[in-house]
Amino acid sequence: MSLSAPDFYRSLADRAAATLADRDLDRKILIQVGSATCEHAAGSQAVAEEFARHLRASGRNDIVIHRTGCTGRCSREPIVGIQVPGQIPVKYERVNRDLVHRIFTEHIQSQTPVLKHILDHTGEALPEREFMFCEGSRCKGPGAGLRERFQALLETRGIAPQKVRAAAASCFGACGLSEGAPAAFVLARPEKVLYQVATEEDLVALIEGHVLEGRVVERLKAKQEPIALEFLERYGDVAFFNRQSRIALRNAGVVDPESLEEYVAYDGFKALAEVLTRQDPDWVISELTKARLRGRGGGGFTTGAKWAMARKQADATRYIICNGDEGDPGAFMDRSMLESDPFNIVEGMIIGGHSIGAQKGFFYIRAEYPLAIKRIQMAIDICKQNGLLGADIMGSGFDFDLEIRLGAGAFVCGEETALIRSIEGERGQPKVRPPYPTDRGLWGHPTVINNVETFANISAILRFSGGWYARIGTEKSGGTKVFALAGKVKHTGLVEVPLGTTLSRVVNEIGGGVSGGKALKAIQTGGPAGGFIPASMQDMEVDFEPLQKAGSIMGSGGMIVLSEDDCMVDIAKFYMAFSQEESCGKCTPCREGTTRILEILERITQGEGVPEDMDKLHRLSRLCQRTSLCGLGRAAPNPVLSSLKHFRDEFEAHIHDKHCPAKKCVALIRYEINAEKCIGCTICARNCPVECISGARKEAHVINQDACIKCGNCFDVCKFTAIDRV
Amino acid sequence: MSQMINLKIDGETILVPEGTTVMDAAEQIGIHIPRLCYHPDLSLEGNCRVCVVAVEGFDHGLASCATRAWDGMEVQTNSPMIRQARRDIVELLLDNHPKDCQTCDRDGNCELQNLSYRMGVRERHFEGRRKQFPIDATSASVVRNAEKCILCGRCIRVCGEVQGVFNLSQHGRGFHTVVGPANLAPMDESTCIHCGQCVSVCPTAAFIEQDHTERVWKALAHKRSEKHVVVTTAPAIRAALGEAFGLPIGTPVTGKMVTALRRMGFDAVFDVNFTADLTIMEEAHELLHRIRNGGPLPLLTSCSPGWVSFLEKFYPELIPHMSSCKSPMQMQSTLLKTYYAQQKGLDPKDIYVVSVMPCVAKKFEAARPEHVVDGLPTTDAVITTRELAQMIKSYGIDFLKLPDGDFDHPLGASSGAGDIFGATGGVMEAALRTAAFKLTGQNLGNLDLTMVRSANGEIREASIHLAGQTINVAVADGLQNGKVLLDAVKRGEKDYHLIEIMACPGGCICGGGQPYPPLGTYTLDRGLRAARAKALYDIDSAKAIRCSHDNPEIQKLYADFLGEPLSEKAHDLLHTHYTARTPRGIR
Amino acid sequence: MSDCCHGTDNWEELERGYRAMLPADVLAFIDANRAKEHSESMLIATLHMVQGHFGHLGPGHLEAVAQLMQVPLAKVTGVATFYHYFRLQPRGRYLINVCLGTACYVKGAEKVAQKLTEELGIHFGETSKDGIFSLESTRCVGTCGLAPVVMIGDEVHGPLSPSQIPTLLEGYLARAAEDMMANSASEPK
Repeated sequence: MSLSAPDFYRSLADRAAATLADRDLDRKILIQVGSATCEHAAGSQAVAEEFARHLRASGRNDIVIHRTGCTGRCSREPIVGIQVPGQIPVKYERVNRDLVHRIFTEHIQSQTPVLKHILDHTGEALPEREFMFCEGSRCKGPGAGLRERFQALLETRGIAPQKVRAAAASCFGACGLSEGAPAAFVLARPEKVLYQVATEEDLVALIEGHVLEGRVVERLKAKQEPIALEFLERYGDVAFFNRQSRIALRNAGVVDPESLEEYVAYDGFKALAEVLTRQDPDWVISELTKARLRGRGGGGFTTGAKWAMARKQADATRYIICNGDEGDPGAFMDRSMLESDPFNIVEGMIIGGHSIGAQKGFFYIRAEYPLAIKRIQMAIDICKQNGLLGADIMGSGFDFDLEIRLGAGAFVCGEETALIRSIEGERGQPKVRPPYPTDRGLWGHPTVINNVETFANISAILRFSGGWYARIGTEKSGGTKVFALAGKVKHTGLVEVPLGTTLSRVVNEIGGGVSGGKALKAIQTGGPAGGFIPASMQDMEVDFEPLQKAGSIMGSGGMIVLSEDDCMVDIAKFYMAFSQEESCGKCTPCREGTTRILEILERITQGEGVPEDMDKLHRLSRLCQRTSLCGLGRAAPNPVLSSLKHFRDEFEAHIHDKHCPAKKCVALIRYEINAEKCIGCTICARNCPVECISGARKEAHVINQDACIKCGNCFDVCKFTAIDRV
Repeated sequence: MSQMINLKIDGETILVPEGTTVMDAAEQIGIHIPRLCYHPDLSLEGNCRVCVVAVEGFDHGLASCATRAWDGMEVQTNSPMIRQARRDIVELLLDNHPKDCQTCDRDGNCELQNLSYRMGVRERHFEGRRKQFPIDATSASVVRNAEKCILCGRCIRVCGEVQGVFNLSQHGRGFHTVVGPANLAPMDESTCIHCGQCVSVCPTAAFIEQDHTERVWKALAHKRSEKHVVVTTAPAIRAALGEAFGLPIGTPVTGKMVTALRRMGFDAVFDVNFTADLTIMEEAHELLHRIRNGGPLPLLTSCSPGWVSFLEKFYPELIPHMSSCKSPMQMQSTLLKTYYAQQKGLDPKDIYVVSVMPCVAKKFEAARPEHVVDGLPTTDAVITTRELAQMIKSYGIDFLKLPDGDFDHPLGASSGAGDIFGATGGVMEAALRTAAFKLTGQNLGNLDLTMVRSANGEIREASIHLAGQTINVAVADGLQNGKVLLDAVKRGEKDYHLIEIMACPGGCICGGGQPYPPLGTYTLDRGLRAARAKALYDIDSAKAIRCSHDNPEIQKLYADFLGEPLSEKAHDLLHTHYTARTPRGIR
Repeated sequence: MSDCCHGTDNWEELERGYRAMLPADVLAFIDANRAKEHSESMLIATLHMVQGHFGHLGPGHLEAVAQLMQVPLAKVTGVATFYHYFRLQPRGRYLINVCLGTACYVKGAEKVAQKLTEELGIHFGETSKDGIFSLESTRCVGTCGLAPVVMIGDEVHGPLSPSQIPTLLEGYLARAAEDMMANSASEPK
């Protein structure tokens, strides 16, 4: 038992609380601007500067600009949050310099929110109060029913929606904390009070006490705060956010990523203090095992088991590595976590290092993430300065150090043994397994490699217990998973939901459904190693095994929505081109096989497919799956096989009929002018790069098919939809 | 005592020591799992995937060469899935390979071709684009043809792990991966030291020797009218040439070799063993001279041109230590164009000297600008044992039926000490036999100095006490071993007088130009080394004259021509110099 | 004894030459690492620093790194050519990086890419003749909400359509012209 760790933590927590108290943020108006790569790209730095200018000009000292990380609501960046004490927090989307002015003058100075620009706005006025009811999709709790009753009660009492609104949220991640009858959590805003209600009487008490008398109903107050309460308080009004269950992302968009004090104020390093007080790695590992935490990088290997394997090695020199290579195209959750909540990952690493008996840990971060590298380095430096890294951490006698090693543009380095080779300064080519890294890894020593998201969950699990985490997920997999939702979906961004949530809920309820009013065709999961879930299977539960059974994988969490406008042969070709280019070249089947598969797919999309091609694709795919040296090669054919399995008809159309049903493959489509719609404005002819469109003014034009290069310019510029793509 | 474990291979249960690879375990019950990138003396890569086997509990194949068996493992080496997979892999390799087997140097002797034939690959399904690279023939010794490379990585591993040179690496990635020196520069602008081990381990013709057969044929064709064409053979040839004609490894074929050469039309057939004896004379005196007069010690032997290149590129500061003696081949060639020319009354310009060597670095050595006499290159052509075998075959000679022949004189007689030059430790042993005589006035009672012999690649150290003089010696074969010795010398840890270093593991008998061993045996194999070395040691033991200084023709040479060892004439003709070379190697 | 050997250990001279090729911070980095365990593992970090300074890794730089780190040159070039981040050719003033990640691809990144190759007259991996633009593709910049995305230098542009490309490039050309005028104006005559 370390006697000094609890004292250290207490003094750290006190210091943090004092710093925050000094800033007195609760009584000030907060302008919250995101500061991560997406935000910067969208212009958030200019927005922050503009606010700063306004602030200086106003001369007020009760307004503070607070920098946070990224919330993961990427397509609407820059997002700005305005928190006026006593009012429900408001988020604005796509803020630019003009909007900054309006927000400052109208909302902040004149108390009039700019309704039109509120994130996912509906145009309605904002309510004065809001009660958010937890409605876990899987726990079948009473939340939904209770919310409806609450709504009914409000109406009966004639309380208008502008005064009080009852909203539905997802799982608060706080299950199992209620006693007695099944209860639902209710978050009352802007007071930020969390209640637990079970009966109609409770609802009445809420209305009478909280709403009408304006006081906290003490007996209904929840005994313990759920993990993402702060996040919900700030972002809960948006369906995209309140239907998520943020554990790994609980601090993203809440804390200033560069502030140790803020991280500690939200219970940061509390878990580490516990670990260093107990000095009992077996306890840590047993909690992780109870939590059923599985590797979030895609392997799905039980984290507790992996750490245990390293611990029992005879070799005393051990390493722990955080895999921040995130090479899947369309995956950006690791980046977001590293940029928005770096201290959390660092804490997870230190706990991991202590538990497996490592003296040193490495962050392997891809070079294409400069901000993530900067933030993690900053977090490491600050931790060192504060006795949280280096010698004698928290006075416990535990020595541990962290170092960043950069990637350099190789997707294959996300594979464990290749990553190790890269840290060793070699070409990042995987090694034969067995031996596994936990037996012989970095420089021949036992090594544990975990994904960023896996580490992001560690401190939460240890604070709230493994059992809690397990309950949030499924029978085989505990907790939540962060998905990077992108593609033909309305709301692109990061979505964290309990494992077992249905795909449909993620894509439709949270993601807003397919963009452009098109029909859903498939959902691709797992990046280049994954497969396609056809729309008919969208109600399946997202978990490791079900996805595997459906011919895909969990992967690191990339989720791409594909619509009727996407050609499944073309997408398979896209993924194969990626894998082929990223193949390290070491082993024959992957190096040569992916090239040959790609050549076949290219021929098919160019209209030169032959019937034997489908068999050849199968044969080569099986070869890669069965004989490749590493996971990249073994999984590279998955998109092809999955596409062949669920969309065989599209392949047959390409091969036999030389026809692309989605009208995507350039060689197989034709542009034809509809003579009835064409008014002869000549704009298409003028934009044709090969001048193959003929026709006099005011007369229907014609495309010379022999000369047409299928660039699609005419289709894009025609204002009368007179050109068909067939 | 390692634990024994049980595993099942193709239904049969066997007991093996813990840590045995599946491939080795299968070998024990007579299953030779097909493989390409595997080499028992190099680190395990497992990249060709030809040797994959199906293991219970895994949904993908595991490389049997790199997977160590565990207790209770169940393996299938020949399930239909595995067989199909192997064939597909070979097909894929062929699809990215030139289609010119019939005109290729390894036709009939290529591991890829063999595998393809035995796998029954008769159809090609996946043809598409093929890699294209220019052939690099800039090096005097080896030719690099990247289009024939199957990326097994053996050359990289041997150049790095065994030779410590690390001249080669994979460059690029994926389909565009190519093996070559740094920056994919031409070989003669790289740190290549010409040892040719890459050629020895290459399963295809991606690395082969520079051809000299053409010029030899030309010389033989012009013989009657213009040239007096002579051939000289290295010690190591006779120990291995027979393998190319199906004889067991280690069968000495000296007599047949001579006859074959005569039948090919050479005007004279001489033995480089003769000048091996000569080298000993010069070098032993050089050693004693340095010991007495305080010259740079240790003295380093200089007959291995790969080793000499290595010193010049990697340890140029040790050049003063190198013996100034030319290699036996160069001494022979020099004498042929001076001593022999005089004796025969020939104009040196009309003599064409061909050396048969187990070595590709000798091609480089022959081209070194300092090896000229009166403006003529001393050695005109160097052919490897392989090239000789191919020439003999193309001549229609039935080697096995040939009667034994004898070398010509005066440059053909040798002592047993000359023969053993071909094995690692041979030069040292020969030198010590003569040094002993010089110091004590009589020959050693036991001329078999086994403490400097080894077929296992160990560094050997010994101390010999001769008439109050202690001589400390060391022997290394393979340049990684050489590095270890040299680094110890540089650190001042050791006090050697004489060090023998051979570039090739095993010595010249396993040189870059020796015949490819039969399928199933590998060039660095200890048994192979021992067998070939034994041939030479047996020849030595059977000779009446076993010491260089006892060779009467050597004595005559000095009496009639050279005077005495280290004389001015000897210096003029038999000694050379070295220069630091770039690119500078990294140790 | 004849003067038969020109043994030279000109390592001091060679080392001076190699050190002159690299900037001071890189030299300090290499020197500090030599003393540590597994010093050869800092190769990638060293190459990043060199590229950060010079914009690319020239043959001289690679040789200097190899010699000063005492890592075989073949291994250094093998590593430099394996990782796509390392450029062995000098690149243009502005590096255009087209994101071809899934989200961008699905939103039409290929057309944007095609338009760029047409406008610039070069293929991917090449630099325009005037040395202003280099064209590369990348897999996922992580700004999927702005798909399709193109990065020019450190600036992210998106969502982009092919028709916006000419104006975008003109803007950078103008900037380049300004810079060059400013530079030549500040040069002493």
